[in-house]
Amino acid sequence: MLENYFPILVFLVIGFVLGGVMIGLGLVLAPRRPDEQKLSAYECGFEPFEDSRMKFDVRYYLVAILFIIFDLEIAFLFPWAVVLDEIGLFGFLAMVLFLGILVIGFIYEWMKGALEWE
Amino acid sequence: MLDALLTLVIVLLKIVALLVPLMVAVAYLTFAERKIIGYIQGRVGPLHVGPRGWLQPIADAVKLIFKEIIIPAGANRFLFLLAPMLAMGPSIAAWAVMPFGDNLYVTDIDAGLLYVLAVTSLSVYGIIIAGWASNSKYAFLGALRSAAQVVSYEIAMGFALVGVLLAAGSMNLREIVLSQEGSLLHWFWLPLLPLFVVYFIAGLAETNRAPFDLAEGESEIVAGFHVEYSGMSFGVFFLAEYANMILISMLTSLMFLGGWLSPFQGIPLLESLFSWVPGIVWLLLKTSFFLLLFLWIRATFPRYRYDQLMRLGWKILIPITIVWLLVVGAAVVGGLGPWFDGA
Repeated sequence: MLENYFPILVFLVIGFVLGGVMIGLGLVLAPRRPDEQKLSAYECGFEPFEDSRMKFDVRYYLVAILFIIFDLEIAFLFPWAVVLDEIGLFGFLAMVLFLGILVIGFIYEWMKGALEWE
Repeated sequence: MLDALLTLVIVLLKIVALLVPLMVAVAYLTFAERKIIGYIQGRVGPLHVGPRGWLQPIADAVKLIFKEIIIPAGANRFLFLLAPMLAMGPSIAAWAVMPFGDNLYVTDIDAGLLYVLAVTSLSVYGIIIAGWASNSKYAFLGALRSAAQVVSYEIAMGFALVGVLLAAGSMNLREIVLSQEGSLLHWFWLPLLPLFVVYFIAGLAETNRAPFDLAEGESEIVAGFHVEYSGMSFGVFFLAEYANMILISMLTSLMFLGGWLSPFQGIPLLESLFSWVPGIVWLLLKTSFFLLLFLWIRATFPRYRYDQLMRLGWKILIPITIVWLLVVGAAVVGGLGPWFDGA
């Protein structure tokens, strides 16, 4: 059973190594002639005024938090979906209740305007 | 010890047998994209490298390798070079569980779909880290937008996957395909039609493809999160994006269009007429169809505005999937035929 997961480990390693090898190849084979203009951050023809790691809109945080809630929900739904055949009506109603609570939260955040981007 | 070594060699051989065709497919997908969009727009596309331009992707790869990799002065060097690898790793690793036929796979695990969901959600780290490490405003804004977008559509995508699990009763991708056996009408595209459409739309958004390519909206934030990348460090992002496109296309065909099952199953004369076609041909045909759709959509639709994009994801796709999950759940409990009875 567990030996089925061994190729996945190898695959993960190869996936990352492949990216590394390609970049390494580029670093080795390509020329490197740095100069000040070339190394400056992209901007429309002038020096950037300040560090670009600036404050950003709080809504991005909001989206991230909502994502965590819903993604967890999906993680809960996965095992339920697989065995629904066996747990039948009771299992279905239990999940309807659970989903119902989530949907109430969803409606609340919708009404509060958390999903608005103007 | 010797046994373990032997298994490792076999696994490595299998992985090479999968990755080499994948890399060729990625290279020629870029070529197909330029050619097909060219023809759609009444141009001819690349023409000069090799006969009718057929060596263009190879020339592109060679060019990318020999281009200087510029690391901006303000950038965090370590994270800057790590980000492309973080984008590439998941898009390759997700292929580990893909079945290409009844007995044709690298590994066959029961939690296959869960693994795909988990691994593909890792790719957002590559985007965020690339945008932050570059220390450029455009890269930073592009990364924020892209991360919020990917994360939003991931939810709709996840709900669509739950629908597939409900219908198939298994997370094993091979069993998901086998549970669609019967005929064209037994495939899950029919009972899960809304989820099928939502999944493909979310797939477009997940891979940052048009019309959801806000992250690299050339007209406003140049190239978005990878504006500071050049040479092969850019090439790796590019490879990852196209490998993801092929992955999404193949997943869609496996989960909704019966994977390697023949479309003529259950039709008396045609079934025997086409029974000599190996299953993988059908799978690749279906995958190519979705890839064509990716390119076609890019050539046809204008880019979304950011607020429209978020509205589509949160206010349209997610409610649709939740409602349809309940419908499918009720159908499974009720044993609605011909898809959910038996099993």
